[in-house]
Order: sequence, then structure tokens, then C-alpha cells
Amino acid sequence: MITTMDQIFVLLQHWIVGFLPAFVQPFAAVLLSVVVIICLFPALFALAVWMERKGLGRMQNRLGPNRVGPFGLLQPIADGIKSLTKEDIVPLSADTPVHFLAPLLLVVAAFMGFAVLPMGRNMVLVDMDAGLLFFFAMGASTEVSVFMAGWSSRNKYSLLGAMRAVAQMISYEVVLLLSSVAVVMISGSMSLTKIVEAQNHYTWGMPHWYIFTPWGLAGFVMYAIAATAETNRSPFDLPEGESELVAGYHTEYSGFKFALFFLGEYLAMFSISGLGTTLFLGGWSAPFAFLEWVPSWIWFFSKLMMSIFVFIWMRGTLPRLRQDQLMNFAWKFVLPFTLLNLMVTALWRFMGEGWERWVVCSAILAVVWVVMGRVEMRSEHFGPRSYRYAE
Amino acid sequence: MTVVFYLIATLTLAGGLAAVLLKHLVHCALAVTVAFGGLALLFLSLDAQFAGFAQILVYIGAVAILIVFAILLTRGSELPKDGVFSRTWLVGLAIAAGVFSVLGWAVLESAQSLPQQSAVPAVTVHDIGNALVGRYVLPLEIVALLLTAATIGAVIVALHEKDGAQ
Amino acid sequence: MTPLTGYLLVAALLFAMGLAGALVRRNAILVLIGIELMLNAANLNFIAFWRYGPHPEALTGMMFAIFSIAIAAAEAAVGLGLVIAIYRHAQTTDLDKMNRMKG
Repeated sequence: MITTMDQIFVLLQHWIVGFLPAFVQPFAAVLLSVVVIICLFPALFALAVWMERKGLGRMQNRLGPNRVGPFGLLQPIADGIKSLTKEDIVPLSADTPVHFLAPLLLVVAAFMGFAVLPMGRNMVLVDMDAGLLFFFAMGASTEVSVFMAGWSSRNKYSLLGAMRAVAQMISYEVVLLLSSVAVVMISGSMSLTKIVEAQNHYTWGMPHWYIFTPWGLAGFVMYAIAATAETNRSPFDLPEGESELVAGYHTEYSGFKFALFFLGEYLAMFSISGLGTTLFLGGWSAPFAFLEWVPSWIWFFSKLMMSIFVFIWMRGTLPRLRQDQLMNFAWKFVLPFTLLNLMVTALWRFMGEGWERWVVCSAILAVVWVVMGRVEMRSEHFGPRSYRYAE
Repeated sequence: MTVVFYLIATLTLAGGLAAVLLKHLVHCALAVTVAFGGLALLFLSLDAQFAGFAQILVYIGAVAILIVFAILLTRGSELPKDGVFSRTWLVGLAIAAGVFSVLGWAVLESAQSLPQQSAVPAVTVHDIGNALVGRYVLPLEIVALLLTAATIGAVIVALHEKDGAQ
Repeated sequence: MTPLTGYLLVAALLFAMGLAGALVRRNAILVLIGIELMLNAANLNFIAFWRYGPHPEALTGMMFAIFSIAIAAAEAAVGLGLVIAIYRHAQTTDLDKMNRMKG
């Protein structure tokens, strides 16, 4: 019974595909999974949009949408109808083919990332040997579409927003890759299913998730920072900051194309959170051994929605970083710390089992974190305060 | 020769052709990005997954962005008044056509004696990793050194001098 | 025409296009784009021979292609840095105008 609930989608897929002739069954199975992914994640996107508006509203001491449906739950549908019926304005001097293709490329690249995420036991669309590399390759493709959007609009604000966004995405992509390499080192494979299976063991009831190790915690924090910057979310959302740049690289987009950009951004958030849960939070494995009766896909999606909630929480709480502060942070703090994390991971592996490695690795990481933080903060020289009074 | 190969090859060659023929520089950069993507698909169809994904990650994710940044920093978005082809374009075209004819003749002439193994090689990322730190560790370290030197060199070459360039 | 011949012809055509681009266009950045196309064509050649050659488990072709990708990226970075430095000096990237060392 428990295994049936756990594998229910796999069994459903086999049952549906069983109606078709044998030579077309593999294609039909993959097609069915693709259709399910294409329908499921935009539905989650609608839920996330509602969560964001209500959550941000509550954090800002106001209600958020509550008119359309109970608790505003039908608000995403109203948003969707609005964006579909708005006029699609393209500037006269805009580069039309590039302007049209940019949101398409973004959404396609964002959807491709879901192909390698294991959403449950045996529930991967494509089990690739170099799955992690494929995921990052798709993430790299989104930068090109951001540039295309900003440049084709023939608008100084768009171009500026696009340049900032691309510079930020490139800087934090290195951090993202390096913090994932630590996980690959320990689990010995780039295949995401093997990484989850390596975390699916329990010692005294506690799981072997990588976030519960010193290098895993440091890696997860760096990964979370880099993920927030990659998807241009607060506090790294200067490229689309409404008060600075109108709307950054999607200024000149209206109607459905803007909705596609919005969708692409949230899909990128989902896939990066999915990868983060797979790499550090154990993917579809349950937190405690006695909770294994809950189906694996429920664990994956709850961890995913928890990560989305943390994204929304950060947006409502932290102030925006300036572009130079953001780039300084990336290259002078996060990247050296991630490189140190790689070395600490190697040390962890080298020292073998035992309590010594916990103490040594935690000590190294904690000391460097504190020291680097102090060094970074020390370089602010504030002069004496000066006041100007109105006369 | 499957249909998929013809489609991907057409995409790649169209991208390459557009990259050298179009007037507007940014369009050329985007066309060469399409060519890079087509090449990555060709690598994937040759069962070289690591090379294909590395191609997307490095070329589309970094080199294409680099080219685009350089175009924008050197005001390449304005069209030059003398036209985009140099004065000696006919000679260049003749040389390229000559090179292609020699290469094509060589390939077609030796078609019977080329190796023909068609079993899919069972290569995992594990094997690539072992090879990189086993047999190819010296090239790996040299490439690391080269990349460091290239990074520092590129920064120094493009650095803005404070006293202004003459 | 065997699959290998097909891939080699595509690589040769791409190489010729890159060479034409490097020789025919005025702008320095397009010369670099042509060079990148040529390097990519050579990579395709290597991978095609690796796949259809006698010992694919020795990984020689794949390794060469991976190193070539890394080196091409480094060379693109340095080349574009040079182009930017030249632009700052001569206020143009037009190669036909850079003939001060001529005759």
C-alpha cells in the first residue's frame, strides 16, 4: 500500500502507456511525463504567485489580494486572464525577431532544467550520467535570453538592466557550480538520482542529508545566495528593481510576453530550488526513518515549496543590494569561501569516519567565516557626520 | 544519415553562414550562438554528452556573452559607413573556397578507408574523471595555468589607465 | 556516404565559413567570431573521429575536444580584451583602417 502510494505516478504512467502498441510505448511514456511537467509547474507557479502576494502583504503589514475567491486564491487566474488580454506593444525601433524570441528562449531553457530533477523514487524524466552538468548548461542559456530581451528593446534602461543582470548571473554562476562540485566530490557521481540515493540513509534516526555536515551547511548557504542572485530575486534584484530601472530588461514587454518572463523567472526559481533540495536537502528522502511511509514525491514538493517560501521571506525582509556591493560580495567573499569549502570537503573525505573530522571542518569553516566577515566590514571608513539644516 | 543529423547540420551551417554575412554585429553574435547550440546537439548525437554539455556551458554561457559585451563596449551597434566587407573580400572568399575544396576532396576521397566502428562507446563521467587526473593530469594542470594567465592578461590588457590613453 | 563522412563534411564547411568570416569582414570582433567557428569545427572533427574510431574507451578525442573548448574560451577572452584596448587607442575596430605599419 505504502509502495503503491509512493510509486502511484509511475504505475499510472505504465498503465496509460500500456494501451498503446509496443513500438510507440517509450516515446509515449516520455511524452506523458513531459506533458505532466509542463502542466504541473505552471500550476505551482500560480500557487507561488498567490503565496508571494499574500506572504509579502502580510510581512508588510497589509492583507494582500483577498477579493478574487476565498483568501484571494483565484488571483493568479485573474492575473492570467489580464495578461492574455492586454495589448502586445512592440516598440517601433525594436529588433522584432530578437524581441519575440527572447521570452521563448527563457521559458524553454527554464523548462529544460526540470528534466533531470528526481521528483520521487524512480520519478526522473531522463536519468543522465552528467545530469548536473546538463542542468547548469540550461541555466547558462537563460543569460543569453536576458541579454536578447534587454538589447532588442532599443531602450537605455533595458540595456542597462540587461547588462547588470548578465554580469550578476555570470558571477554567481561560478559560485553555484563550485558549491555543487563539493556534493559531486562526496557522492562520487554527477547523476542526480545517485546523489539522492547517497543521502537516503539514516544514522540513529537522523538522515545523511548533506546539509547536516559542516561542508554541506556552508555549501548550502553559498548555494542559496547564488541561487537568489541567479534568479534575480531580492536582495539581488537591482536588474529589475522597480524604483531604479522601471522594469529593467523587461520594460518594453507587455501582455503575454511579460507573463512569459514572469513565468520564466518563477520556473527558474523552482528548478534551482529543486536542484538545491536534491543536492543538499536529500531530494525525495524523508527527514526521519520512521516517516518513510509518506510518499517520496510529497517530501520533494514540500521541500520545494519551503524553499520558495524562504525566497519570498527574503524578498520581504532584506533591502536591495547595490550593483557594486553585489559584485564585490560575489567575487571577494562568496567565491573564496566556496573555494575553501571545496578544500574542506576534500579534507572531510580524506580524514575518514569519526568525530575528529566534524570538529576540524566546522572549526575551519566557522573561523574563516567570522574572519572574512570582519575583514569585509572593516573597509568602510565613515567620516564624521555632517548636518545641513534648512535655513 | 538520419533526418535528425540533416536538421541539426542545417541549423549549424545556417547559423555559421548568418554569422559571417549579416550586417549588424549583434545579429552575428546571436547567429554564432545558434551555431554553437547546433554544434552541441551534434556532439550529443555523437554520444559525447560531456563535451556537448560543456560546449553549451562554456560557449553559449560564456564566450557568446563575452562577444556580446565586447561588441557593446566597442560601439559595434552602429553600422560602419564604408560597408561591412573589407576591400579584399574576393581574395578572402577565394582562399576559403580553396580550403573547403581541398578538405572536402580529402574527406570524400578517403571515404572507404575511414574507420567505421558503430558500437556506442560506453563512456561515463567517471571514466572521464579518471582520465583527467590519471593519464591527462599534465595537460589539466597546464590548462589551469593557462586559464589563470589568460584571466590576468585579459584584465591587464583591457584595464582603464587612470592617466588616460594617448 | 557514411555517418563519419557526413560529420567531417559539416566540420569542413563550418571551418571554411569561419575562415571566410575571418578574412572577409572589417570588424575585429567578427574575425574573432570566425576563429571561434574554426575551433568549433576542429572540435567536431575530433569528436567524430573519437566516436567512429577504433578505441573510443581511450577517450583521446573527447579529452582533446574538452581541452580545446577550455583553451578557446581563454583565447576569446584575451582576444576580446585586446580588441577593447585597440578600440580605446584608435577609436575604431575597423581593420582596414589599421594600416600604420603598411609599406
